[in-house]
Amino acid sequence: MKNKTTKKISKTYLIKKNNHISSNMKLQFYYHMQLMRKFEETVFKLYRQGKVVGGAYSSEGNEATAIGSAFALEKNDYLFPMHRDIGAHFVKGQSVKNLMLNYLGKSQSPARGHDGTGHYADMKLKIFGNISPLGAMIPLANGVALASKMKKEKSVVLNYIGDGGSSIGDFHEALVMASVMKLPLILIIENNQYAYSTHISKQFIVEKLSDRAIGYGINGITIDGTDVELVYKTTKDAVENARKGNGPTLIESVTMRMQGHAIHDDASYVPKKLMDYWKKKDPIVVYEKKLFAEKILSDKKKNEILSEIQRQLDEASDVALNSPFPVWEDANEKVFAE
Amino acid sequence: MKTLTYIEAISEALWEEMERDKNVFLLGEDIGKYGGAFKVTKGFHEHFGEERVIDTVLAENAIIGAATGAAMMGMRPIAEIQFADFVSNGFNQLVNNSAKIFWRCNIPVPMVVRLPSGGGIHGGPYHSINPEAWFFHIPGLKLVAPSTPYDAKGLLKSAIRDNNPILYFESKFLYRRIKGEVPTNDYTVEIGKADIKRNGNDISIITYGTGVHWSLEAAKILEEENIDVEVLDLRSLIPIDKEAIFSSVKKTGKILIVHEDTLTGGIGGEIAALISDNCFEFLDAPIKRIASPDTPIPFAPTLEDHFLPNTKKVLSALKSLAKY
Ligand SMILES: Cc1ncc(C[n+]2csc(CCOP(=O)(O)OP(=O)(O)O)c2C)c(N)n1
Ligand SMILES: [Mg+2]
Repeated sequence: MKNKTTKKISKTYLIKKNNHISSNMKLQFYYHMQLMRKFEETVFKLYRQGKVVGGAYSSEGNEATAIGSAFALEKNDYLFPMHRDIGAHFVKGQSVKNLMLNYLGKSQSPARGHDGTGHYADMKLKIFGNISPLGAMIPLANGVALASKMKKEKSVVLNYIGDGGSSIGDFHEALVMASVMKLPLILIIENNQYAYSTHISKQFIVEKLSDRAIGYGINGITIDGTDVELVYKTTKDAVENARKGNGPTLIESVTMRMQGHAIHDDASYVPKKLMDYWKKKDPIVVYEKKLFAEKILSDKKKNEILSEIQRQLDEASDVALNSPFPVWEDANEKVFAE
Repeated sequence: MKTLTYIEAISEALWEEMERDKNVFLLGEDIGKYGGAFKVTKGFHEHFGEERVIDTVLAENAIIGAATGAAMMGMRPIAEIQFADFVSNGFNQLVNNSAKIFWRCNIPVPMVVRLPSGGGIHGGPYHSINPEAWFFHIPGLKLVAPSTPYDAKGLLKSAIRDNNPILYFESKFLYRRIKGEVPTNDYTVEIGKADIKRNGNDISIITYGTGVHWSLEAAKILEEENIDVEVLDLRSLIPIDKEAIFSSVKKTGKILIVHEDTLTGGIGGEIAALISDNCFEFLDAPIKRIASPDTPIPFAPTLEDHFLPNTKKVLSALKSLAKY
């Protein structure tokens, strides 16, 4: 059952400006999408060798959404990435080495072994890594947006949530608050068709998740999340709008989770036809073709990029694997600030 | 008798109760075709159908609220929270609705919330907690925490048949690590009754969940030193079996309380107060506690190993009590 009344409203909220994208920028998009995928492939490899504990998550299929949106931020803006946005950390200035250390839970990692994967926060880089309880970051992002507004920083906050996570009460409360307070919040719903094993047909019955924006009286738009330039432009518009004081935007970025929920999950519940459809829309493959056609990318350049990524990953893995684990006495007892 | 793992015992209890009573149904995230994050309900969807094995939206407060409402209607819902940590999202429904409806309105709320709890699986601060103390304080909720397949099955059956909201704390760590004998025919374990898992005369350990296993191991090691340790498994936290606690205290006079949850505000404190109130003159030593330290549960294996109680920690506390 679809809700017909909301059908045509949501897409015209944002006025698309023709944000020019330079060749250099395009190469940056490409580089970061590749880095994101290769980073996670490396994590999976290390996980299978027993060197990463806990779990390992793949963002395959979400690269364009994570990278395109993160590039829309300025240095002074705040990033609240989720578990499918690892590449956004790099765009915002985090090093491959630091993130690898964090995945391995080492003492020199940003989270000092207290937490793993992308779970850490860095006030200097203005990155607030994800936490597990879904939805709980959105009210927090509001608080950062509020304080930033009070401090007249002219910054915006970019946060993500999944199609599943969008069902959590926090989502509603936070958007109600952000809308009336006109907070500079951009919330991207990464609709990747599944929440763990649960298909979106069991998660919502609105036609587009951006239709929910209407209920909050804020801007909402649904886009193809596999198109990195479209994601970039759309987010950039929302960012500029928020910076002008016009309040939050809800963007639904439609993608596919190309692997299981995490490394243990073979995703056998996903119909092959659906996978095949999205396989053709692989954000990296499609973009690579485009850049070749535009003569921005060549075989030589591509190889240079890939070997540079490999070099960084090898170096980061090497450092991280040989780095010590934290010891209790150094780290853990400190629960309170001085 | 047959041998089951802890997780199989949980699945069997659910299955048999669903066969027995058509008012029993399951709801939770990914529990349908997928069978749940830990596969407790694997095969249920096919057998009982999607009306009784409901894959819900991702919203714990909605899940627990719906279970509570359905229970008021005479159904017997069993909600699965994917990881006990996320029950925080359902806190409002649990403490304001599930817990108070019978007292306020005289309407029974026969529901169970299953909470896969605990550390030791490298889950980090959001997939490892033991939240029983959050609810220990709330009048109107019953809390059970089995340590063996036998208790897991028997307590879950009792919980499902009970006319009150019950939080069922199941140990993820024990799921596939322990096996035990379980009767082939229908049986229950009474809620509110502790179980002496090992008889002893010198020191009593009062514990539950994973603590039972560390305690039994430590007790076994101390056999060689001729120290005779009793292990009392509470099994139910609310109602708590005061009689069993007091009689063990009266027997040994030395008490060690062990739980995986963090120390301050943990259940051990209440047990110590009960003992001090009721059996002060029987004590031969200060009451000792082994629990996790007062920090969130860390991710790095080195830190987690240090954080969690274990057999060694229990052993050294027992030795110091023995000397007292
Ligand atoms: C509040 C809460 N409930 C349950 C979970 C367990 N869990 C982790 S990820 C996940 C699925 C998330 O799906 P979605 O929000 O669509 O994000 P995706 O993983 O698809 O990117 C679930 C159920 C959680 N982390 N937090
Ligand atoms: Mg999803």
